[in-house]
Amino acid sequence: MKETRVLLADIDEPDLVRLEVYERLGGYAPMRKALFDMSPNEVLHELEESGLRGRGGAGFAMGKKASFIPKGEMDKYLCCNADESEPGAFKDRLLMQKNPHLLIEGCVVGSIAAGANKGFIFIRGEYKLQADVLDAAVTEAYERGYLGERILGSEHSFDLVVHRGQGAYICGEETGLLDALEGKRGNPRLKPPFPANQGLYQGPTLINNVETLCNAPLIVDKGAAWFRSLGEGNSTGTKIVSVSGNVQRPGNYEIELGVSVRDVIYGLAGGPPEGREIKCFFPGGSSAPVLTKDHLDLPFTYEAMAEAGSMLGTASVIVVDDSQPLVPLTLRLAEFYRHESCGKCVPCREGTNWTVKTLERIDRGEGTPMDLDILEQVQGNIIGNCLCVLGDSMAMPVASLLKYFRPEFEQHMEEARERADREALSAPELASVAEAGAA
Amino acid sequence: MREAGDEAALRAVPLPPGWDAAVRLDEDPATIPDPAMVDVPDSLRAEIEAHMAKYPDRHSATLPALAAAQRVHGWCSPEAIQQVAAVMQVTPAYLSSVATFYDMLRTEPAGPGYVYVCTSVACHLRNAKAFYDALAEEELEGYEVREFECLGACEMAPMASIDGRYVGPLSPDEAPELAAALREGRTPFPGRGLGDPA
Repeated sequence: MKETRVLLADIDEPDLVRLEVYERLGGYAPMRKALFDMSPNEVLHELEESGLRGRGGAGFAMGKKASFIPKGEMDKYLCCNADESEPGAFKDRLLMQKNPHLLIEGCVVGSIAAGANKGFIFIRGEYKLQADVLDAAVTEAYERGYLGERILGSEHSFDLVVHRGQGAYICGEETGLLDALEGKRGNPRLKPPFPANQGLYQGPTLINNVETLCNAPLIVDKGAAWFRSLGEGNSTGTKIVSVSGNVQRPGNYEIELGVSVRDVIYGLAGGPPEGREIKCFFPGGSSAPVLTKDHLDLPFTYEAMAEAGSMLGTASVIVVDDSQPLVPLTLRLAEFYRHESCGKCVPCREGTNWTVKTLERIDRGEGTPMDLDILEQVQGNIIGNCLCVLGDSMAMPVASLLKYFRPEFEQHMEEARERADREALSAPELASVAEAGAA
Repeated sequence: MREAGDEAALRAVPLPPGWDAAVRLDEDPATIPDPAMVDVPDSLRAEIEAHMAKYPDRHSATLPALAAAQRVHGWCSPEAIQQVAAVMQVTPAYLSSVATFYDMLRTEPAGPGYVYVCTSVACHLRNAKAFYDALAEEELEGYEVREFECLGACEMAPMASIDGRYVGPLSPDEAPELAAALREGRTPFPGRGLGDPA
């Protein structure tokens, strides 16, 4: 199994963060092509034709999103979502750290398609190294005239600011990101209006993930037909897959969409440790419902994952081997979403809390058979009932774990209860009672 | 209306976890501070003003401004909030509302350094909790040691961010060495951090 390196083709080049190295490898030529040889409409058309789908989780067609931006003279914005916080995802970190100019070029190309003149890269505050690299790269690009007023003497002006978040998962949600960028608490907004019509500072705003924007210069350079020739069906192009958890070689791998999940987990990441088997895996970050070893031969595409009841999401594969007890894992997952829930919508705020409390009860040995039904019911009451999908992001994987592994939950509950009973009876103040009972 | 005496009684009751202390009902709400009345270190003022200049709306500078003030004061103390409010010309309440939302902004004294130990799903599968427990036992002074959401470095799990430097994989028996290095002001585990020279 070999990778198909397109986005990561030059990633190991020393000093790629420096502009002259990036340019020597052909960088910023696609930007010139988009500025001088193509009209903004042609750039937009090429992105639409490519079938490039958002790489941040939702998988919405990037060109279509850009085409929703109204035409005409007004303040329009481009936001790059670099708040990569999805547990299991670390692909954007690699791109920004090693190849920051590709992202800057992608932002310029995106801004041409959307007609935006001001852009922001919203990077999570924990990515200190990457934000420093981006800051230096943006300064370099300004000095060379690749950013700012009338880029290289063309009609297009574009300013780019690197904005650091301060640690909140919800800021990766596009409207939460907008509120955070406006200097508020990162609460998601009611949609519609969608950001394409009313986003940042109430202006039309195009929001795209880092990897999505990094694809844009390649599409402009090599054409939509080339991009469509990669991948399978409506999952065009390549995708960087972050594999983590119980595998021998965790890391980022770039694949053509459509290779099998088995090839990714076993071929590239080396499979689970010696003597272990896969119990389940999250195909698209911790928000994606889990799949089991029966799904290993599915092609890794948006469609196949959706059909199997999960999603490709950020394509962050977290592998769980058969040595892992699932109740503590589910609890860990639920605790994360409880902490990160912004508290705006009741089903998410209360539902994440209920889930954690019920799982804690089960783990302590105080669970009752009803608890698993309650757990299931709570998840059902969260899904689709909130402004954003944070609640769903907990409810879907928890529901899927219950669906596939209910016997294990029941067994864990039973064992925990027996253990708790034994501990209670062995307490000194009760020892005499137990003895009397035995006699 | 409640008597003032009742309020004192109310305050004497310990609050359950997750509840905020009641506001001071006997005081007027704080207004936008008069810039002439608040002393702000020159470098902090310059940094906040530079941030404000980057955005079409000055409110967008809130997060970078609070982060800058935190670097000066160690946390978003009432004094730090007052200084940011004076430069940005916003109310302290607005800044508190923002500061309490974000994990990296401290609303209680801690630090000044930090060690965020990732205990999210991918790190959990590789025994991150054991490392965190071992490090917590060291009772490291001058550092805020806490569990943190996924830090986006699952290939080096279990890992931790030490003042922004990502280090991993870490095993529980390495916690004493990490603590010792930080106490002595050394860089812990040179060569094993993300982006360290090879």
